Amino acid sequence: MAMEMENQKPIQVDLGHLLAFNPFHNFPSLPTSRDELVKECLEEGTKLVQAVADSLFNLPSTEDVDGPLVKLPPPTTKLPREKHLPKPKPPTKWEEFAKKKGIKNRKKDKVVWDEQTGTWKRRFGYDRVNDDKDVPIIDAKMTDEPGEDPFAKRKDDKKKRVEKQEKNRLQNLKQAAKVGALPSHIQLAATALPITGTQAPAKKVTKDELGNVAGMAATSTASGGKFDRKLPGEKPAKKQGKHRKFLPVVEGSGIGSREKEQNDNVLNKLISKHSHEILNVGKAVTMYNVKKEKKYRNKRDQEGKSSSSSSKLKPKKQINKKSAKKGPGSAKKGSSSSKKGKAK
Amino acid sequence: MMKVHTPKKGKAKRALEKRAPKLVETGKKTLILQGTKTSGTLNAVLTEIYHLKKGEAVRYTRKNENIRPFESGGETSLEFFSLKTDCSIFVYGTHSKKRPDNLVIGRMYDHHIYDLVEVGVENFKSMESFNYDKKLAPRVGSKPFIAFIGEGFENVDELKHLKEVLLDLLKGEVVENLNLAGLDHAYVCTAISSNRVYLTHCALRLKKSGTVVPRMELVEVGPSMDLVVRRHRLPNEGLRKEAMKTAKDQPKKKIKNVSSDAVQGTIGRIYIPDQKVGDMALPNKAKGVKRERREAKKKEASERASKKQKEESE
Repeated sequence: MAMEMENQKPIQVDLGHLLAFNPFHNFPSLPTSRDELVKECLEEGTKLVQAVADSLFNLPSTEDVDGPLVKLPPPTTKLPREKHLPKPKPPTKWEEFAKKKGIKNRKKDKVVWDEQTGTWKRRFGYDRVNDDKDVPIIDAKMTDEPGEDPFAKRKDDKKKRVEKQEKNRLQNLKQAAKVGALPSHIQLAATALPITGTQAPAKKVTKDELGNVAGMAATSTASGGKFDRKLPGEKPAKKQGKHRKFLPVVEGSGIGSREKEQNDNVLNKLISKHSHEILNVGKAVTMYNVKKEKKYRNKRDQEGKSSSSSSKLKPKKQINKKSAKKGPGSAKKGSSSSKKGKAK
Repeated sequence: MMKVHTPKKGKAKRALEKRAPKLVETGKKTLILQGTKTSGTLNAVLTEIYHLKKGEAVRYTRKNENIRPFESGGETSLEFFSLKTDCSIFVYGTHSKKRPDNLVIGRMYDHHIYDLVEVGVENFKSMESFNYDKKLAPRVGSKPFIAFIGEGFENVDELKHLKEVLLDLLKGEVVENLNLAGLDHAYVCTAISSNRVYLTHCALRLKKSGTVVPRMELVEVGPSMDLVVRRHRLPNEGLRKEAMKTAKDQPKKKIKNVSSDAVQGTIGRIYIPDQKVGDMALPNKAKGVKRERREAKKKEASERASKKQKEESE
């Protein structure tokens, strides 16, 4: 909307935004002082605001409690949207079916008359009209099997109905998601819907896992991932592996000689490994116990299996068990048993 | 069976629906935040902008060191904040030796950066430093008048962009019905040179004049500052086209054969195709009257008669 002033310099007015724009004004020479500049700006501003007010107050107004109310025209300057245009939802399977058949939605009451108790009860929710739980007696029909529990059967039926409904709801949501028109409150959980045909839920990758994967990929490069280009917001990889601890260079007096302790430990380990005279008491005791247990087990097995096992297998078994005790003898015996197997 | 847990009713659902994309959009919320180093003037500027937009702005007071709007990786934090607070305009203030008192005003589309304008603030005068009659003080939330003066806004690219961004920032809620008694403030932006804009905030005094339209008088109340345009980034063409799409752009489907008349109202035209009288099926056909049946009966009778004759002859 353009408004003509007396001196033929049009001012652009956008009533929808209460905006006025004078594109023809210029400062041929900047005013020397700040006050002059401010004064001139205010003067020009007053003119523009007056121009907007002229057209604004001439709009048809209705009287309201607080003051005159005007209906603003839609704005002419286009501004970009902040979010995308919402896509229309595709109709659900039921909606399509209803449209085809011409089924119209009937308004239902919140309370329904219950014949059994003679009161008005809710249609759904706590203490509802035709509740499954309230049925005291179920008559047996000719088609019923004798061992079946009709109450449990009713419960199962209800469960199945609920599951079916949930499945249909998810299918409808998937259809909407395919088009890109999920309802707003489900937008965030959309990643949880399984995309493939399987029922397996999508594995949620945690923040730590993602970080580890990136770190692992980085270490596989030649320079250990040091010079890789990082995505915006990616943190530097955490250092993997053992943190080496070194002793301080100068030790204090009250601590004691840590270096001497360290050396002693190392020497003890080395000496004990390579000496055959020193007995490791713990190891000897466990070895003895294991041998005893095995012997005991063998005795029991022999007594139990004497009737069932064949004569051919029995002596073979004994030979193998005996060879476990003697070190070098076992190899020979093992080869002899294998020969026997081949001959068979 | 996968359970999709989403709020189906109540406050949570209403909150999510508020944030959902709508066909016709209401005002954008503003996010005001700062970088690692700010100066005294910059702090005052940010607080005053927040006060001017009290109902529809969010102020973050902590330092944010990894926000660099003009760099490719430095905008992830901004987008995250925009998503969490549902803000589509942001004002980011920093201070450094190279860019003193720097303000980056930016807009978002779908919580991704749409465009940016970087301005420096000079000659800032805060709201407290102005003396005026306190009765004129503008109320929070009233719709302001906005005036742009200067040919720079038409000719210079950066100032054109700044004009659009300032309009988006300063205009209040988008309303259809406006109460004329509640008009009490105006923003005046003057292009002083090709990169400098003088922005000031004034209260309105409406004086009685002879006609319906009152005479306007501007009294400087609010912050006034010089904005020096430093850098700017325009949106790329595809994104701009998509953001400018409105619901009304879809052309209204013209209903054929319907016209409206002032006298008679809506008139429709009906086209009837030619009737082929010979091919039409007759209604109310009695079973015995059908021609085919009659003819078939006749034929049968004649065949039987001929057969009998043959038998008799044989």
